[in-house]
Amino acid sequence: MPKVNFGGQSYDCKDKSVLDCLTAQGVAIPSSCHSGICQTCMLRAVGGNVPPKAQEGLKPTLIDQNYFLACSCYPEEDIEVVLPNDALTRVRATVSSIELLAGDIIGIKIQPSQTFDYRAGQFINFYKDETTSRSYSLASVPALNEDIFLHVRKVPDGLVSNWIFNNLQVNDIVSISMAVGNCFYVPGKPEQDILLIGTGSGLAPLYGIARDALYNKHKGKIRLYHGAYNTAGLYLAEELRKLEEANSNFSYIPCISEGPAVNGFAKGMVLDVALADNPDLAGWRVFLCGNPAMVTSAKTQTFLAGAATRDIFADPF
Amino acid sequence: MSLYEEIGGEPAVNAAVDIFYRKVLKDDRIKRFFDGVDMDRQAAKQKAFLTMAFGGPHNYTGEDMRRGHAHLVAQGLNDSHFDAVMEHIGATLTELNVPGNLIAQAAAIAESTRNDVLGR
Ligand SMILES: Cc1cc2nc3c(=O)[nH]c(=O)nc-3n(C[C@H](O)[C@H](O)[C@H](O)COP(=O)(O)OP(=O)(O)OC[C@H]3O[C@@H](n4cnc5c(N)ncnc54)[C@H](O)[C@@H]3O)c2cc1C
Ligand code: HEM
Repeated sequence: MPKVNFGGQSYDCKDKSVLDCLTAQGVAIPSSCHSGICQTCMLRAVGGNVPPKAQEGLKPTLIDQNYFLACSCYPEEDIEVVLPNDALTRVRATVSSIELLAGDIIGIKIQPSQTFDYRAGQFINFYKDETTSRSYSLASVPALNEDIFLHVRKVPDGLVSNWIFNNLQVNDIVSISMAVGNCFYVPGKPEQDILLIGTGSGLAPLYGIARDALYNKHKGKIRLYHGAYNTAGLYLAEELRKLEEANSNFSYIPCISEGPAVNGFAKGMVLDVALADNPDLAGWRVFLCGNPAMVTSAKTQTFLAGAATRDIFADPF
Repeated sequence: MSLYEEIGGEPAVNAAVDIFYRKVLKDDRIKRFFDGVDMDRQAAKQKAFLTMAFGGPHNYTGEDMRRGHAHLVAQGLNDSHFDAVMEHIGATLTELNVPGNLIAQAAAIAESTRNDVLGR
């Protein structure tokens, strides 16, 4: 039976991930999504080999150094693991502003204490304390914005989002991870049409991606559909309408799913509206963020409408 | 040259995956078997599936095929569904302009898994 050696102790990991195995035995390992996405539970193997599955999605430089994700690691041989070097994975940042964007969504701007490489639409892990963190997407664009911009939705009874809402203050020093994730604009193919669909705070990455594409002089259509129950949930609408006026290839289509129709807003579920407007997505690039049920369904629907799987990028949350 | 190389190897599989999977998901006879499976994970599996049908490298045994489809057999997977998938393999390769003799070889490989897939 493969053993995991950590901190001078040996642990049996039969049929368990390294994360479950260590946490079940009282070892505190930071973790968040438990599905190989957020990279919070990254550890480093200093002895033995980890299965390639445990390194999926990591940067090549991290793979070279034997970093791996504890939640996706089912060891096939004995391994010795250590916590990653904090200096490599965590960054201190100062909160520079906090504003209410919609009823249950706040916008937070933070300034990292060191150069911070990221792409608009990626996400960072925001630490509440040593071991508790949650992922938040980057709505800012490195070339356009000095600060990092996050949109945090207050989740009922949610631990970290409520802590951010209730306790976070301007000038606080917080700890964040480096930026990770694959949901971002890659320059190139400037004629390709782009469809962005989001609900609620799923606008955060899309707001970054759309502006990044425009900044990179993208030529194809860029169509952003943002859905909420009612107009109160459609934040940043004014900024987006201005962006629409300034860029002939950009359109912003706010959608409301409940109540009577309102002038200037499409009526219906955001995915339905977007697909009705754009029934043929062959050759399009597609970004889907927000409500997991919407995102899962949208991945299939946009694929069936013609988008290639390699051109569909999604972050469900 | 192996069938897999003749068809065009991994790039050919990559080209085939989207075409094949779109046909499958649009087919009312079989699409229910693919409900609720995440697209990305499913795409990876389709790739494994097509690599196998094209005679490419894989580690699946007949027993794996049985186990992998047992939950679908329990939901009523039968010969008619298998035939539908065979149709889509053929149509996909035709769309990619693969010569008829190679399509026949790929079909024969897929056909050889019938009893395992259907748990007989
Ligand atoms: C890639 C990615 C990007 C993201 N980007 C953003 C973003 O830009 N903006 C944003 O607002 N969010 C984003 N999220 C979501 C965010 O990371 C958090 O999941 C969210 O803020 C909720 O965290 P929380 O600590 O407040 O809630 P949690 O405490 O984690 O709780 C979440 C929900 O589960 C329920 N719950 C908690 N514990 C239990 C239990 N034991 N039993 C039953 N129910 C329970 C809670 O009531 C709550 O409804 C993103 C997530 C991912 C993975
Ligand atoms: C033609 C012969 C077939 C072959 C060679 C084949 C091969 C495969 C392979 C290799 C996998 C991936 C297994 C894994 O790695 O987990 C798979 C999964 C799957 N197959 Fe098939 N298959 C065949 C026929 C069918 C048919 C007829 C159906 C249904 C109509 C079907 C439905 C599925 C589904 C739904 C999965 C995913 C299972 C899951 O993860 O829930 N297959 N198949």
